[in-house]
Amino acid sequence: MNSMRWALLGMVALFFVLYACEPRRPRLALGYLKIVLLALASAGVLAPFVWLVAAAFKDKSVLNEYVFFPPLRLWSSATLNLNNFRELLAGKSSVQGTVYFWQYLLNSVFFASTSTVLQLFFCSLAGYAVAKYNFRGKAWLLSFMLGSLMIPGILLMPPIYELMVRLHLVDTYQGLILPGVVSAYGIFLFRQAMIAVPNEMIDAGRVDGCGEFWIYLRLVMPLVRPMSAAFCLISFLGSWNSFFAPNVFLQSQDKLTLPVVLNLYIAQYANEYGVFLAGTLIAIVPPAILFFALQREFISGLSTGAVKG
Amino acid sequence: MSRSPRSPAPRAQIQTHRGGAPYWFLAPYLVLTTVFLLYPLLHAGVLAFYQTNGPRSRVFVGLDNFAFLLADPVFHKALKNTTIFALCSVFLQLPLSLGLALLLNSGNSKLKGFFRLVLFSPNLVGQIFVGILFGVLFTPRYGLINRFSQALIGWGLEEQWLGNPALVMPAIVITALWVWVGFNMIYFLAALQSVDKGLEEAASIDGANALAVFWYVTLPSMRHVVVFVVVTSIIGSYQLFELPLALLPQSNGSGPDNSGLTVIGYLYQVAFAGGDLGLGAAVGWTLAVIIFVISWLQIRVTGVAAE
Repeated sequence: MNSMRWALLGMVALFFVLYACEPRRPRLALGYLKIVLLALASAGVLAPFVWLVAAAFKDKSVLNEYVFFPPLRLWSSATLNLNNFRELLAGKSSVQGTVYFWQYLLNSVFFASTSTVLQLFFCSLAGYAVAKYNFRGKAWLLSFMLGSLMIPGILLMPPIYELMVRLHLVDTYQGLILPGVVSAYGIFLFRQAMIAVPNEMIDAGRVDGCGEFWIYLRLVMPLVRPMSAAFCLISFLGSWNSFFAPNVFLQSQDKLTLPVVLNLYIAQYANEYGVFLAGTLIAIVPPAILFFALQREFISGLSTGAVKG
Repeated sequence: MSRSPRSPAPRAQIQTHRGGAPYWFLAPYLVLTTVFLLYPLLHAGVLAFYQTNGPRSRVFVGLDNFAFLLADPVFHKALKNTTIFALCSVFLQLPLSLGLALLLNSGNSKLKGFFRLVLFSPNLVGQIFVGILFGVLFTPRYGLINRFSQALIGWGLEEQWLGNPALVMPAIVITALWVWVGFNMIYFLAALQSVDKGLEEAASIDGANALAVFWYVTLPSMRHVVVFVVVTSIIGSYQLFELPLALLPQSNGSGPDNSGLTVIGYLYQVAFAGGDLGLGAAVGWTLAVIIFVISWLQIRVTGVAAE
């Protein structure tokens, strides 16, 4: 890997060559420098991903032999195979009987998509109420919501846990999903987007005899689709990746979600980490697919709140 | 915070009540917030004065929980680690994010989209998964990071990043850099794009060099976003938990000599592993106060709220 130092040296040298060509207004040299820096940063970000893919497919025997993939001429089922995935997907016995890895995947999909759908509906509905209606106590409510954003969620964990025990909601998905269904953050996101919807349209809907709820669902929601997409991704990622609450609330083996299980696997497969890396790879694919489908909306949705302030 | 709504513009609103509609639309929020936010918040206030053993038995202990925290060297260590992490986020990670945003801001748009996507991508990966991955990347001799640092600066091949108390925090900071540099970059990039180009041009025509233009024109015009990003990164940093937990699995996230223990890691251990929800609530309140004071100071000192 010492070629790396030579490559870096070469890049630096090329910069000085370009700079020497037009020292007064070094446009080319600076443009080159920018691209090189960005490319290096991107390579640094991508390297762990590539390494993860390689580690998941490499055979145990050659796991540490090659930094990333083995050289092309050595590609065979002895160096690259699905053994890690086979081991991962094999059934494992627990108190709840034999549990398969796909069960955890299914649990995660169920938990994340149910939370997302519920959050989308309830946050947008409440967001619509604070964007387009005047009612008593509204100013008070808005400052309460704003203040609640400052409360670290973790502070509420011990009392919520106690509450869940009393409501018999420990080890259920209801208990896991319910507290997150409407967040002040989501309401603000939708409020931002819905304020821009013209009032004339809403009034026109009323004149046509549309009920208030149908105006929200049929008229307003289609207009804020970009925000809905961004919000779906934010909330899906949030639930898919959430660890603290599922780790505390879920107890039966067959109800666990991917982050909880993979965290257990680090210790269980300490000697063959190809197995839990294969699991990690499986766990980051669904959000990645969703992200690439929605990335334009996502990034603009992410920065709306911050820039307009 | 600038995520806040702008003061409601009167013309944007419909002046009638429309019956109970807004109340009905807000009802789910109000009910769930009362049950899962207000009640737990008040309850956390009460709980902090009790010693509990699991969720069902408790004894009133007054201020003992807080006195215990004040005296507990492990909690001090956790607080110190978390503060170091927060400082690294602000003084190491944010300048890097801003630098990348500046590089991206003036590039051509096709490449820009690509780099932006790549640099942002680690944020899709949950902290637990990142921790699992980097736990292996820091393996002595074989880990990618060990091999990389050996190839680049000739040091670190055999280094026990996660076994050496002096290197645990740097390892966590490096991992966090990988995740969040691209995240804050998005905010800075959005802010840079809304800076008045005419102002920058005027300054450079008046003879200011690129650095001066950046320092006196660009940075001040994006101060709202800077404050927002600094405050949110501090708040986020103080809530660090999952990354060290997965990076340091043998010690449940605390690392050798508690070198990777965070405030929330401490809370998790006393409240959920140890069963003392009361002490956990006391830690939670301490954290809430720290976060509140820091955000308030930050907003106050920079004077953003006044504008």
